[in-house]
Amino acid sequence: MRHPLIELAEKSYLKPKPPLFHIGDTVDVHTRIVEGDKERIQVFNGVVLARRGCGVNEKFTVRRIVANEGVERTFMVHSPNVVKLEIKRRGKVRRAKLYFLRDRVGKKRKLRELRVHKPAAASKKNKLAVAAV
Amino acid sequence: MTAGLLGRKIGMTTVIGDKGVVEPVTVVKAGPCVVLQVKDAKTDGYDAIQLGFEDVKPHRSTKPLIGHAAKAGTGPKRASGEIRLAEPATAGPGDVVTVEAFASDEAIYVDVTGETKGRGFAGVMKRHNFGGKEASHGVERKHRSPGSIGGHANLGLGRGVKKGKRMAGHMGCVNRTIMALKVVSVDVDNDLMLIRGSVPGANGSLVTIRSTKKVGRNTV
Repeated sequence: MRHPLIELAEKSYLKPKPPLFHIGDTVDVHTRIVEGDKERIQVFNGVVLARRGCGVNEKFTVRRIVANEGVERTFMVHSPNVVKLEIKRRGKVRRAKLYFLRDRVGKKRKLRELRVHKPAAASKKNKLAVAAV
Repeated sequence: MTAGLLGRKIGMTTVIGDKGVVEPVTVVKAGPCVVLQVKDAKTDGYDAIQLGFEDVKPHRSTKPLIGHAAKAGTGPKRASGEIRLAEPATAGPGDVVTVEAFASDEAIYVDVTGETKGRGFAGVMKRHNFGGKEASHGVERKHRSPGSIGGHANLGLGRGVKKGKRMAGHMGCVNRTIMALKVVSVDVDNDLMLIRGSVPGANGSLVTIRSTKKVGRNTV
């Protein structure tokens, strides 16, 4: 367990509303890139393979296929350079680390989509599920 | 400015700056400390303040310590320490020093003293960064040995092993100071300080924080 004073010290470095997402989601990660005095937003799209760490140190790994080659990038959840995170598709997964996807080729790379029941009442339930994670 | 505080090392974590730069920091609960005694050049030969940190129940303390604290109008303290000053102290007995002493808009650097973690009886590779021997090529049972500890006994240089030869022995449990660590942030409400990098000692151990002696680091 972490020391409560460490959590207190970290508080001001955490995002007030960290992005909500799950392992297996296909996401667009919008990152801020500074080149000299110019600033632009780059989008990295892929499947969330893993989340690790806690507090300020929480990171997540996103995997995508570029020119038939797997590319993985790790982002810090609370980094100000991660400007926005959009969930494009929810994946149906049963484990916390999806490293098995690294060995998969072709159509098998795809995760089954998690169908979320509509509308309002069910989505509230879904929100609770998100909070629980 | 000369400032000093006693504190407890809480543990380490990470901090992300505005530009996304990640820094390793140590969280220290520093102060509030009470000035127990002021030493001056006239009576003591040097200028310093003696600080007390963390209250302790009187029945766990001793009469001399209770009396000493009572002179400063406070209860007995668990730990005390001296902060040497370059000029006569402005604070008096009973004054409270908090982390505010290190709060500034400009970058402040500190020296942090603490007792290092005990390593027990350690070999030369751990204790003195010796290289050890090869893993193979005929080395047997001596992979972490120090090698030769001296030449032929009587070659006019005196007898046997030279004094101060680095060997295996007890390591750790000594006071060490890490100099010129940057203060990343100060939380006055919770008496917390975030200091960049690591600090000697185990989590929960006592540390002394002083504004650094390194020349040119502190502008204030």
